[in-house]
Amino acid sequence: MKEYKTITEIAGPLVVVSDVSGVGYNEIVEIMLPNGERRKGQVLDVSKNMAVVQVFGPTAGISTTQTTVRFLGETMRLGLSTEMLGRVFTGLGEPRDKGPRVIPKERVDITGLPINPFSREMPNEFIQTGISTVDAMNTLVRGQKLPIFSGAGLPHNQLTVQIARQAKVRGTGEKFAVVFAAIGITHEEASYFMRDFEKTGALENAVLFLNLADDPSVERIITPRLALTTAEYLAYEQGMHVLTLITDMTNYCEALREISSARQEVPGRRGYPGYMYTDLSTIYERAGKVKGSKGSVTQIPVLTMPGDDKTHPIPDLTGYITEGQILLSRDLHRKNIYPPVDPLPSLSRLMNSGIGDKKTREDHKGVSDQLYAGYANGRDLRSLSAVVGEEALSATDRRYLRLADEFEKRFVQQGPYENRDIEVTLDLGWELLSLLPEEELKRVKREHIPKYMKKKYTL
Amino acid sequence: MAAKDEGHIERISGPVVNAYLPGARLYDVVRVGEAKLLGEIIKIVGNTSVIQVYEDTSGLRPNEPVESTNQPLSVELGPGILTSIYDGIQRPLAVIEEMAGGVFITRGINAPPLDRKKIWEFKATVKKGAKVKVGDVLGTVQETDLIEHRIMSPHEGKIDDISSGSFTIQDVIGTLSHEGKKYPLTMVQRWFVRKSRPVIEKFPPTIPLITGQRIIDTFFPIAKGGTACIPGPFGSGKTVTQQSLAKYSDTQIVVYIGCGERGNEMTDVLKEFPHLIDPKSGKPLMMRTVLIANTSNMPVAAREASIYTGVTIAEYFRDMGYDVALMADSTSRWAEAMREIGGRLEEMPGEEGYPAYLARRLAEFYERAGRVRCLAGEERYGSVSIIGAVSPPGGDISEPVSQNTLRVTKVFLALDASLAYRRHFPAINWLKSYTLYADGLEEYYSEKVSTDFTKMIKNAMALLQKEAELQEVVQLVGPDALPEKEQAVLMVTKMLREDYLQQNAYSDVDARCELKKQYNMLKTITRFGERTNASLDLGVQLKRISELKVKATIGRMKEIKEEKEFEKLAKDIDASFDDLLKR
Repeated sequence: MKEYKTITEIAGPLVVVSDVSGVGYNEIVEIMLPNGERRKGQVLDVSKNMAVVQVFGPTAGISTTQTTVRFLGETMRLGLSTEMLGRVFTGLGEPRDKGPRVIPKERVDITGLPINPFSREMPNEFIQTGISTVDAMNTLVRGQKLPIFSGAGLPHNQLTVQIARQAKVRGTGEKFAVVFAAIGITHEEASYFMRDFEKTGALENAVLFLNLADDPSVERIITPRLALTTAEYLAYEQGMHVLTLITDMTNYCEALREISSARQEVPGRRGYPGYMYTDLSTIYERAGKVKGSKGSVTQIPVLTMPGDDKTHPIPDLTGYITEGQILLSRDLHRKNIYPPVDPLPSLSRLMNSGIGDKKTREDHKGVSDQLYAGYANGRDLRSLSAVVGEEALSATDRRYLRLADEFEKRFVQQGPYENRDIEVTLDLGWELLSLLPEEELKRVKREHIPKYMKKKYTL
Repeated sequence: MAAKDEGHIERISGPVVNAYLPGARLYDVVRVGEAKLLGEIIKIVGNTSVIQVYEDTSGLRPNEPVESTNQPLSVELGPGILTSIYDGIQRPLAVIEEMAGGVFITRGINAPPLDRKKIWEFKATVKKGAKVKVGDVLGTVQETDLIEHRIMSPHEGKIDDISSGSFTIQDVIGTLSHEGKKYPLTMVQRWFVRKSRPVIEKFPPTIPLITGQRIIDTFFPIAKGGTACIPGPFGSGKTVTQQSLAKYSDTQIVVYIGCGERGNEMTDVLKEFPHLIDPKSGKPLMMRTVLIANTSNMPVAAREASIYTGVTIAEYFRDMGYDVALMADSTSRWAEAMREIGGRLEEMPGEEGYPAYLARRLAEFYERAGRVRCLAGEERYGSVSIIGAVSPPGGDISEPVSQNTLRVTKVFLALDASLAYRRHFPAINWLKSYTLYADGLEEYYSEKVSTDFTKMIKNAMALLQKEAELQEVVQLVGPDALPEKEQAVLMVTKMLREDYLQQNAYSDVDARCELKKQYNMLKTITRFGERTNASLDLGVQLKRISELKVKATIGRMKEIKEEKEFEKLAKDIDASFDDLLKR
């Protein structure tokens, strides 16, 4: 092991060590402060006699003369074992609860390796979340990565918890293990999650990694990778179905920007580094199902869009990597509708592989498309009727208006503990569609209309 | 190996490694470190070579050895390419899976792109003593049930001997002599990916690439050998559109590059293509397909190379005389890879941090498309059509990648998120899209389809434009305030939008629509529109027309399989209107 006392420069989270030799790229270092405190870091750039180290934690107290840097000769690894279930760790993987250290079965590099696209299995098992707007219109399947795009002050935490509580694959008794990564969220939010996990007994099957708002921001780069390394272990080695919740990815990106600017890199859009897309992909792409393994990793990352702007680099780049998004709308929230999922800009790209006969129900796609088209039309007509008045609209248009209103009130709206089966959701969809004249129902199969439209909607 | 070919690492920063490597040549491939990671020299300063490494560089240390292969980055071309799935630097992913013994791509793995052991039946088509030019076909191999692989001569000269029989790609199938030198002939050759394969002549685009997609074939046709770009925000259906084109376009060969895209989406392609049946031959589509999958989390430098690897393979099949469609999804990820590497090289950035050579690289890439007379003594024609997806940040196409792409591509298919929201697919906006091939293709359309097709298309487009104007008025005063004639326009354009432009990629009947059927469908709507107009002139109320039962039949004409039914539908329309007039 090599030790150096040759720090020549300290800037933000970065430390430059000179006169080093044999240091590997991405190697982990330990920094010993004069007062005996130890911090960890990682090599970001190395040349023949100089290494740039990114410190996980504050750089306060580090000095150029009395601080020792020790290069550990390996990249960042995490010790893994099924004993981790039910435990709470810090953002760097140290126990945070009062339990003992975990004795690892194996130690794995946390950056992970890319999954061979040829070795992937197509995700096609329907996960029922019990939430109508998700199940019917933006279906989640095992092995998918489906982020929640939220905004400050919207109830994304309640929704995430509700999904974690209710998610199940029907007809199997298999349970999800939950891996939860908190990135830069407040103590209050973290304890909300903890309380709910404890209350519902989910904690037993959960592994929690918490990096809170007052923890060092550089740690945030590590936290999601620890969580995903754990998730991959549980899924591919232990054959479990793992639901990974990561909140809040916006804080992760802020940390990425902070380090990038400390390294004086050429900034891309809004100061975020040019490699942010690639960096995010190494997180999000660690979801999926693979050949030869029973388990799967499903990811639900949460991010808050700065200024509710979907084109901001964080949601934008995320949307280009993930398989869709669940978008929370401030308008619906203001109308007191929970969960305020706006189905129109929401999307699940893997939906079609997870629905239909034998998976959900044969009419699923038709109902979903018809509701989409109907609600979109109704919403457009709202702005028109605001100008010309409802009376000026045709009878059919008035029905669309009604559909949009009732859709929000009955279909989108549900209780935080209301768990709707997919059949209930689809029947409700048909009931709403009965508001429209039959010739408008072009997206559903004709033979499905008498078969499934059992109940006429009553206002 | 000479001493000058070896050196050592000096510095590592992400995927960029600086190495002391005197005498190295630009763009040569090198092996980096003890793990022998694959890399390419992209810059030379004095004795230092700057190398972009195609694999994760974690754990590399200064002073580890670097070795040059003295070869530029190239692809291996020969029987066995079809049905393969490669990463960005032509490593076969199926073989890698076996070698890695797991689902992850481990580092330093290397496998030859083509199977060395597989025996192919080679049928010589030239005789001993024949004089051949570069590119002349020496013989053929039935590579898949669909495609005959033509082995082309890499040299000019006289055939000393050649024999048909069973060979592996490395076996010598004959010899050729030229100016006193003898060359052994095999079925495999290599080509430097960054250089386009030469041709004798390029031709103007006069033959359409029939895609089976109504909005494209009718309104925004692409020519064989042409270029098209599909920009759109996420979720607007770029990938679905690309995949539909790959599945249904009338080319013999499809090269599909998943460049920096989603892993699960590539899996979808990988799982679906072998099951999709080519409508003409009844064989799996995979038999004419090459897939290149470099997902977003695979090394960024290999993503940069993937586009070149794909287009070189496309050119190779073009040279055999085939029509090739190349799908690149997405070129924005490719540009971002250039940006990322440029940033690591500390290059002076251009617009939005992209390197200043972005425009040149994009233009060079699209310029490799074309319908050509292939390089050969004999007369042979082939084409490469390039369809590139662009993923502009926030869907705003004023950004550099979109703008530079628009400058070189001739067809612009504007995807529109608001159409996607209302499940109007393909979500191609008909007012913003354009094609510059329409004039060149007019002759083909009137000859092969019908003389009135072009005129009908222009009328339909005029109606759609009129609709956009009318919609503005409707937003202010409501539809009832419009005169009946204009309300009728709205009725017909609604029909055009819902019953013509929308196409269901998941329906067996509708996913691919033949040109003749497109014509019949458009004619049906045109007929309805004309009869509506005529009836209004005769004093029939629009309300009565809009209640016609035949409208619902038109709404389901996508499902029609036979031409006869269109004749019947035409009669129905006439009968309905005649009936209205009688009353």
